[in-house]
Amino acid sequence: MRDVAVVGVNMIKFGRYPEKDVVELASEASIAALKDAGCSIKDIELVASGNLYQSNAMIGQRVMKEIGATGIPVINVANACATGSTAFREAYYSVASGAYDTAMAVGSEQMGKMGLLGAGGGGDRAYSTEGIMGTGLMPGVFGQAGVEHMRKYGTTQEQIAKIAVKNHEHGVLNPHAQYRKETPLEDVLNARVIAWPNTLYMCCPTGDGAAAAILMSAEKAKKYTTKPVWVAASILTSDPYQERNPTMFDINTVTRNAAKQAYETAGIGPEDLDMVELHDCFATAELLHYENLFLCGEGEAGKLIDDKETYNGGKIPVNVSGGLLSKGHPLGATGVANITEIVWHLREEAGDRQVKGAKTGLAHVIGLGSACTINVLKR
Amino acid sequence: MAQETATEKKTNPIVKFLRIPENYPDEAAYFWGMQCGACDAKFLGARLACGKCGETDKLSEVKYGGDGEIYVFSVVHQTVPGLEAPYVGAIIDLDDGVSIRANVYGLDPEKPDSSWFGKRVKMFTEVTAQDRDGNDVVAAKFKVQE
Repeated sequence: MRDVAVVGVNMIKFGRYPEKDVVELASEASIAALKDAGCSIKDIELVASGNLYQSNAMIGQRVMKEIGATGIPVINVANACATGSTAFREAYYSVASGAYDTAMAVGSEQMGKMGLLGAGGGGDRAYSTEGIMGTGLMPGVFGQAGVEHMRKYGTTQEQIAKIAVKNHEHGVLNPHAQYRKETPLEDVLNARVIAWPNTLYMCCPTGDGAAAAILMSAEKAKKYTTKPVWVAASILTSDPYQERNPTMFDINTVTRNAAKQAYETAGIGPEDLDMVELHDCFATAELLHYENLFLCGEGEAGKLIDDKETYNGGKIPVNVSGGLLSKGHPLGATGVANITEIVWHLREEAGDRQVKGAKTGLAHVIGLGSACTINVLKR
Repeated sequence: MAQETATEKKTNPIVKFLRIPENYPDEAAYFWGMQCGACDAKFLGARLACGKCGETDKLSEVKYGGDGEIYVFSVVHQTVPGLEAPYVGAIIDLDDGVSIRANVYGLDPEKPDSSWFGKRVKMFTEVTAQDRDGNDVVAAKFKVQE
């Protein structure tokens, strides 16, 4: 495998765009990333497009028709919430393998306000198990995952709520975030419960968004940028056998396996990271991923947030973008957007929320079912 | 109409790993699945192969008892339209070695508590809906054992 650089990135502000369609959103992000790279669509040899809700709608090709249909290979990717990051990995391997010198990854999603509550429709409702035989909705699933940590280590709802406080505070400084509003601890704890222990502010919103990244071989990158950001590892795992899975989804092992591979491939340890953008679809998820990414020891996640070590300025800043909780989580866009965020920091272009002197960052996404991606970026 | 009245109404399980005997409810419904003869892993429902070791030939059917304990839970307040909430959605570890997603009754959903961990629960079944063809649909639920 040869070295691959991220030469251009961009994203649109996550939010709600009922007046636009998803191809417009993806095209906007693609053009912005191409401009950031200082190249045009004519310079791109392969496109990987991530979109989940419209995975059968050839979004990648439709983007090309909008921004310049050059006839190159286009791959449409769906991998639950890891859709965008899997598209990034496809682009990465296309260049790393030597098959192509340039590639673009674009992630997009238009969710409206439905979220995943409407998922799984179409069958006879009499056979829907939701609320009859437990819960399979994401808030409940991630509620249970957090409760498992409470059971093992005595973690409290208040500790988990502090994660929502942090990410909303971070989000205030991010002009690309869907929500830019602080949520003090009492507000988080007193908000209506969605699925205990997660209250409203401990759940990410639904929304629309898009993000894109331009990847190039080292030789090609030299022609376009003086500030390349290198992909030190691009890992994808699926969940191995575990006794309770799939009755209870196992979001931990799949992330731990990816993290171990990522650190080994990048030749670093968690202590070498300057920032992490991880998959905080719910506050409970971020808590678990502190340990899953080995940012702290077993059972120490509660203490890590109590000590504010994951704030910007702390030992290991996590989700300085505001994370999914504040920045938003348009499914297919998320995995490219968190890479975009890290690239901005490594290039010292992150404005008010800049992580000082950031040289190495880790982007983590988990799609339930499960797929976990970890991309390690270095300047 | 004549055709519909001629069709015998059936009693169907809400999930395939719940088996409804011919003379239900006189005979109780039960969970069933497959066990791997190579690695002993247990699963819910029918399987083509062992999801743990990949064994394809040595799988045999097993019946699981309805006693177990709460491993973890969430209390779901916001849910799909038409469902009564809040409800306690738990993961139950059955004594027979498999886990089940289930609603648990006999707990105050407004007061989730660490005392719920490990609480002994017992399975019961009831008709929860009629499907489009008018068949009864039976689901398994759990109640706290006193």
